[in-house]
Amino acid sequence: MAVLNQPSDPPPLATLAAKAHSMRRHMLGMARQLGQGYIGQGLGIADVLAALYFHELRWDPADVRWAGRDRFLLSTGHYSIALWAALAEAGVIPVAELATYGADESRLEMSTLDSTPGVEIIGGSLGHGLGQAVGMALGLRLDRSDARVFCELSDGEVQEGSTWEAAMAAPHFKLDNLVALVDCNGIQADGPVVIGIEPMREKFASFGWDASEIDGNDMAAVVAALAAARRRDGRPKAIVLRTLPGKGIPALETREKAHFVRIEPDEWDALARELEAGRG
Amino acid sequence: MAEPTKGRTLAMGEQEAVPGAAIDMPFGTALVEVARWRPEIVGLTADLGKYTDIHPLRDAFPDRFFNVGMAEQNLIAVAAGLAKTGKIAFATTYGVFATRRAYDFVAIACAHSNANVKIVAGLPRLTTGYGGTHQAIEDLGLMMLVPNLTVIDPCDATDIMQATAAIADAPGTFYMRLQRARVPVVLDPKRYRFRLGKAALLREGGDVGIVATGIMTARALEAADALAAEGVAASVLHVPTLKPFDREALLALASRVPALAVAENHVSRGGLATLVTEALFDAGLSPLLARIGLPDRFIECGSLPHLQDKYGLSTPRVVERVRALLKGKR
Repeated sequence: MAVLNQPSDPPPLATLAAKAHSMRRHMLGMARQLGQGYIGQGLGIADVLAALYFHELRWDPADVRWAGRDRFLLSTGHYSIALWAALAEAGVIPVAELATYGADESRLEMSTLDSTPGVEIIGGSLGHGLGQAVGMALGLRLDRSDARVFCELSDGEVQEGSTWEAAMAAPHFKLDNLVALVDCNGIQADGPVVIGIEPMREKFASFGWDASEIDGNDMAAVVAALAAARRRDGRPKAIVLRTLPGKGIPALETREKAHFVRIEPDEWDALARELEAGRG
Repeated sequence: MAEPTKGRTLAMGEQEAVPGAAIDMPFGTALVEVARWRPEIVGLTADLGKYTDIHPLRDAFPDRFFNVGMAEQNLIAVAAGLAKTGKIAFATTYGVFATRRAYDFVAIACAHSNANVKIVAGLPRLTTGYGGTHQAIEDLGLMMLVPNLTVIDPCDATDIMQATAAIADAPGTFYMRLQRARVPVVLDPKRYRFRLGKAALLREGGDVGIVATGIMTARALEAADALAAEGVAASVLHVPTLKPFDREALLALASRVPALAVAENHVSRGGLATLVTEALFDAGLSPLLARIGLPDRFIECGSLPHLQDKYGLSTPRVVERVRALLKGKR
């Protein structure tokens, strides 16, 4: 067994940035062969997933069901493009298989199913992640495991009331082995966030969470916030991530904010050049 | 002015007198017993611990019990999360909330993942006088439509205790209807064995077959006694597991009797009667058949004896329907 990630000090920021870049390259390739995909959201969350999978999470790519692993729950199942990129980069999924993203009979679905190795929950029915994360955190604590649970959820998703049922329960049960990662990219299915959800950090704080807010595309800030969330002080941790949809490809960063970005067939080469030009 | 009726709506937790043999809290008692030797069993409720008889588990194993408050979606999500760390999660709430309010969580967080979650539903059936908000009378149909979900409607304390142990042992997501507090003993624990997925022929008679589930099995047995006094020999087939449905047992019964009555404390569509008619149709059989169940409507508040009689679920009404059936009236 080769457990990944004994967080080092100082953190390997350049290595993590390279991982995030490589994941973005995978994502662009996946979206390109499909002609579509949730590329905006995927590019936006890439830095956080790189920091988790290659720095913060204690896990074993060779044994993704290892009982002692930290769990990462992707509540927004349609961000699967980013998860497949991370799992491929870690060697759980062959890189060549990424070409099957969204194809009939592929296990790399447009929205996650937990039958695929490395997927902890079926995401995509929004509002399901945080409650299951609470249950997992309770279960791990009962087992006297020091493993933690990280749950990504999105700004639009918090409009689902079940999020707040779970947000109420986690501080009640003093789940300091639980970290909520709230991806605030400002978009949801109908466009820019349609009903007010701010102030996000204050909402979680008022429910009893130890809540912070960072630029989710600033690797140093992400790594530092994750390090701070290791504190076992009886409180669940929430990190509000301000992320930029399409991050890393200026043409997509500035495009009209849309849940499902439309990309014309003749654009892909230019987007790839932009991604490579922006590295570093 | 309408004639005042004799009954009244009972307070929540108040119970009609239970004549004859009975056991207190069969579910909670059985759960504590299995939990003693299965440390992975945990219990959850959504502010209905004492109203769903799970409080014995809380008292015996307080660190394995979680009350999530009035939040049924979260109840089911947390149970699913616990199951995904290797626990066997028994989650209790009222049937109306487990189904109507938490349905997506039952389907996706639990059943789709085959999560080891056992949903135990209080106030199923027309067993409360609190009206449509509390009476889960379409719960079996809703739950049977969810893939992977096993659905159980026990008859009495014997059935509940045996089924509790059985579902603790069986992996996957379950929905079980509950009776709480003082629960009648109808089935002899020395002779009856709950077998998951199997129906039980409790009584044999060649004139008519009564196919029943849940507490209607008790009514069916009483009706069979009354019919016997009139010279009518009735079989009673008890179907505690609705999904998967024991078609073989039904078809075996159908081959031996000229008429069938289906009795369920549930709306007549989507429950046992639907299972029976589907199975008969698929087998090319069309016996004389009566469907004894609730109409497709929300039921009002009231006392249970009044409501159950009004809606055809009391023993005398079952007897009347079977008599009529034997005269050719469905």
